[in-house]
Order: sequence, then structure tokens, then C-alpha cells
Amino acid sequence: MNFDWYPLWNSLRIAAISCVLVFFLGIFFAFYAAKLPRVLKGILDVILTLPMVLPPTVCGYFLLLVFGVKRPLGIFLLKYGIKFVMTWYGGVLAASVVAFPLMYRTARGAFESFDRTLAYSGQTLGLSNTYIFWRIRMPACRQGILAGTVLAFARALGEYGATSMLIGYTPGRTATISTTVYQLWRTNDEKGAFFWVMINLAISTVVLLTVNMLESRQKKAVKR
Amino acid sequence: MSLLVDIRKQLGAFTLDVKFEAENGVTCLLGASGCGKSYTLKCIAGIEKPDRGHIELDGTVLFDSDRHIDLPPQKRRVGYLFQNYALFPNMTVRQNILCGLHGEKDRNLKERKLREMLRTMQLDGLENHRPAQLSGGQQQRVALARILVNEPRLLMLDEPFSALDAHLRDSLKIELRDMLQKFGKEVLMVTHSREEAYNMSRKIAVMDRGKLLTVKDTKELFANPGSIAAATLTGCKNIAEAKKTGDYEVEIPTWGIRLQTAEQVQDGLAAVGIRAHYFNPSTKQNRYPVCYTEEMEEPFEVILQFRYADQRAESPPIWWRLPKDRKPQAFPAELGVAPANILLLYE
Repeated sequence: MNFDWYPLWNSLRIAAISCVLVFFLGIFFAFYAAKLPRVLKGILDVILTLPMVLPPTVCGYFLLLVFGVKRPLGIFLLKYGIKFVMTWYGGVLAASVVAFPLMYRTARGAFESFDRTLAYSGQTLGLSNTYIFWRIRMPACRQGILAGTVLAFARALGEYGATSMLIGYTPGRTATISTTVYQLWRTNDEKGAFFWVMINLAISTVVLLTVNMLESRQKKAVKR
Repeated sequence: MSLLVDIRKQLGAFTLDVKFEAENGVTCLLGASGCGKSYTLKCIAGIEKPDRGHIELDGTVLFDSDRHIDLPPQKRRVGYLFQNYALFPNMTVRQNILCGLHGEKDRNLKERKLREMLRTMQLDGLENHRPAQLSGGQQQRVALARILVNEPRLLMLDEPFSALDAHLRDSLKIELRDMLQKFGKEVLMVTHSREEAYNMSRKIAVMDRGKLLTVKDTKELFANPGSIAAATLTGCKNIAEAKKTGDYEVEIPTWGIRLQTAEQVQDGLAAVGIRAHYFNPSTKQNRYPVCYTEEMEEPFEVILQFRYADQRAESPPIWWRLPKDRKPQAFPAELGVAPANILLLYE
């Protein structure tokens, strides 16, 4: 039997790539937003969090508005052979936009509760700001950052609305697990839909188990 | 070897305006909470930036607003012991101390310095512990070790005993005092406790609401605080407004008495202070009738509150503190104060 595993592979790569993107972008914005003056921070916060509260289809609509092939930016990118509409890496864009606020907000919460005297004492000891960031601030905030990363990954994996708006459903090209489930169910292939639902459940369970394992290991390390 | 600080900073309605010099040895910044002591340390360390001013350490300019000099904290070589010790929780004792040795490239030398410091700070055997597993005293020693291996030119301690249990505090005071003597360079210590300031430092700088009032030798400050704020901070319980009535006489209207002083009274006298220990039933001078209002016992001392016969109603009662074994059978009807014990306080 020649079963089509493409949606699994596509979903995983979209989720993985957007998770990495969102990890760095989220940390970057969270770190600098925490330093901004209040008013500016408030405004930036609203803009960066909007994709979380907007319906994903609305996000997809905005993405089409910006990256659509008949829009200025879309036309410009097309000159360089980049097309976000109806391509698998368009899925990365859609998933990243929707998953970003989850990473940003959890990371920001973690940074805000960070004990600043740790950074200060590092500075007075002559440690570079880069060292302090990666070796002191990040480990101290790892709980929040890990949680944000997992949430972002799970959200990216389950992204449906914006993805279907931007990249649609083309078997073997843009199909993801969630769009496949809908497509199969719509075409009365209940067995197929059920199969992909189970795949999705399995992945989510593995992710959550991994997180729990990491957390308990950390707790042990601290206790030791 | 000296530290020069002259800084101003506006923080909302609060103005910090601090100017002082410190030399080798321990100088205490003594002041009530929120008077800007810790902020001053942070400015010296480069963590906070003053609006205007000049900070100089051993001839190196750390900060100068006119010349646009503002060295980053990393380049100031100033050791800062934070109130909570700020040990890196994700690192072991060994890794924490190695953070202070990051500039040492020679591996053998690095290891040797680490060993030496672990021994001096009595931390042998704790290298692989994490901060959370250490007692308060051990945490303080690790934090100090981490700073001292870094060989700072100035050491600053922010309320070093506030995170410790009371019974640990006294033994650690002696330990820390000896360590600071060995350090041999300038030490700035912030505290709100007059006992700590008296125990630890040679000089005390008194701060009040963002202003640095005076810098005096410790014993001199306690003997002659000079201002109301300094008298309060050094623990003087009885302070009242006073007027000069003679070269060696003052009048205290709210107490309804006049007092003879040993020191010549200058113009601009604001108040007088009498420490609670200084009343004496057998002193002949400054003797007035009193009536007692309250009595409170402490483990080894007793506090008696009294009022002078003509004391105004709005004026708070006066404190007399004496060791229990010297408590008289009957409360004396009159109390005196030696003229040398009248503190003259100016504004």
C-alpha cells in the first residue's frame, strides 16, 4: 500500500521551523519590550499579541493582504522567486504569526520576574552582557521559556485557520495534518480522518510527556 | 587610594544629592530605608546612571557627566555584594566563584586561585553544592569569594546582614570585619542599623532623604552627631527643639527646662538630644523633678518613661534606659544629666 505520509512530514517541518523562528523572535522582542518605556511597551504589546486573540482566519486574511501575489510586497518577493501563497513555507509564515504571541508573552513574563540583581552582579564581576544573557538570565528563566516554546510548537502544529487561508490544501504540496483531517472528513473519508486525528493525538502526547520529563529532571538537578 | 563621589539624580519627587570622599578602610553609609543609600552604591557600580556628577576611584574617572565619561560596570572593577547575595542559582559554588575568575586565562593559576579562595573562605567540600543548598552564612561567603577573586579596587556591601538570622549575625560580623581588614582597600557598606555601622566601620556617612549630611569618624559621630537626623540615626531617643539662652545654656520650651552644656552653644541651634542612657539620679547638674508614666522591661535593661514637671502635653515622654541591676528601689523624684552629655544639634 502506498500511503501518503506527506501531511505528517509537512506538519512536522512547518511546526519545527516556525518553532525555532518564534523562539528567537519571541525572546528578542520579550527582552527588548521589557526594557521599553511604559507607553511604547503597551502599544507594542497590543500589536504583538493581536494574532493570539484574532480568529486565525482573520490573521490569514491579513497575511493574504500583505503577501498576496497581486499585492506590492507579494509582487516584489515573486521577483526573487519567493511566494508565500500556496507553498509549504507559506505555512511556516502562517504558523509563526499565530504561534508568536504565545512565545512572546510567556518569555516576557519570565524575563519580568527575573531577579535583576543577578544580572547586575554579573556585570560588576566583569562578565559580558552576552554571557549574562545566555548563561544566567536564560537558565533562570528556562521554566517560562520552555513552556513558551512548547506552547508555540503545539500551536504551530495545530494551526488550521491562517494556514488554510494562505496555503490552502494541495495533497503532496501544502497539506498538513489539520487541513487533511478537515479535507478527509469533508469528503466522507471518516476512517482516514480518524487515522490523522490519532496521529495528531500521539504527537501531542509525546510533546507533553517530554516537557514533563524535562521539568522533573530539572527539579532533581536543583535539589541535588 | 581614594574614592570621590559627587552625584545628583532626580527620581520623580526624590532628589539624590551626594558628595563624599572615602579612603582605605570601611566607610558606612548610614540612613533610614529609602534615603538613597543603595542607589548611591548602584551609581558607583555603574548599574544606575546619575543625571550629573563625577565619580573617581584611585585616580580613574568612572563617571563624569561634563566629559561624557560613563564606564560600563564591567570596566569599573568595583565589587558589589548584594543584599540577597545574587548567587547564580543554576551554577555550583565552584562555577559561581569561577565567574569572578573569567579574566584569568592561565588554567593552572585559575585553579590555584580558586583553591586558595575556597580555603580562605572555609568553603572546602562545598564546591559542587548549589546556592539553594547552602546556609545564609555560606552563601555570603561564596558571594564574597566570587567578588574577591575578581580583585576589585573597591568593595561595596549592601546591607550584608539583613538576609541572616539574628543569632548568625553577630558571629558573622566579626568574621566579615576581619575579612574586610585583610582586603585592605576601600570598603563602602550600606546599612540602616547603627549597631552594624558602629561594629564595622571607621567612618560613617550619614544620609537623610537623598542628602549626605556629614562624614565623621564613627566614635566622633556617636559622641557628637551634630544634626537631628544624625542623632536619630545613631539611636538618640530624646530630641526636642531648643533655643540658645547663653554661651553654655539652652532652653527647651516643650520640656519646660533649661540645661547647662559643656560645649559652647553656637548660633543656629535647632535642638538638643539626650541619649536614654545618660540620665542619672545622682548627677547634681541639670537636675529637675520628673514623674514616671511607663515602664518596659527588656532582657537585661529596663526602660522608664517620664515627663518633666512642666513638660507640655503634646511633647512625647522621655526615655530613660538603665541596666536592670542598677534599677533603684524607689523611682528617684529628680533626674540629672551631665552637661557633657547634652548633644547640641544644628540644622
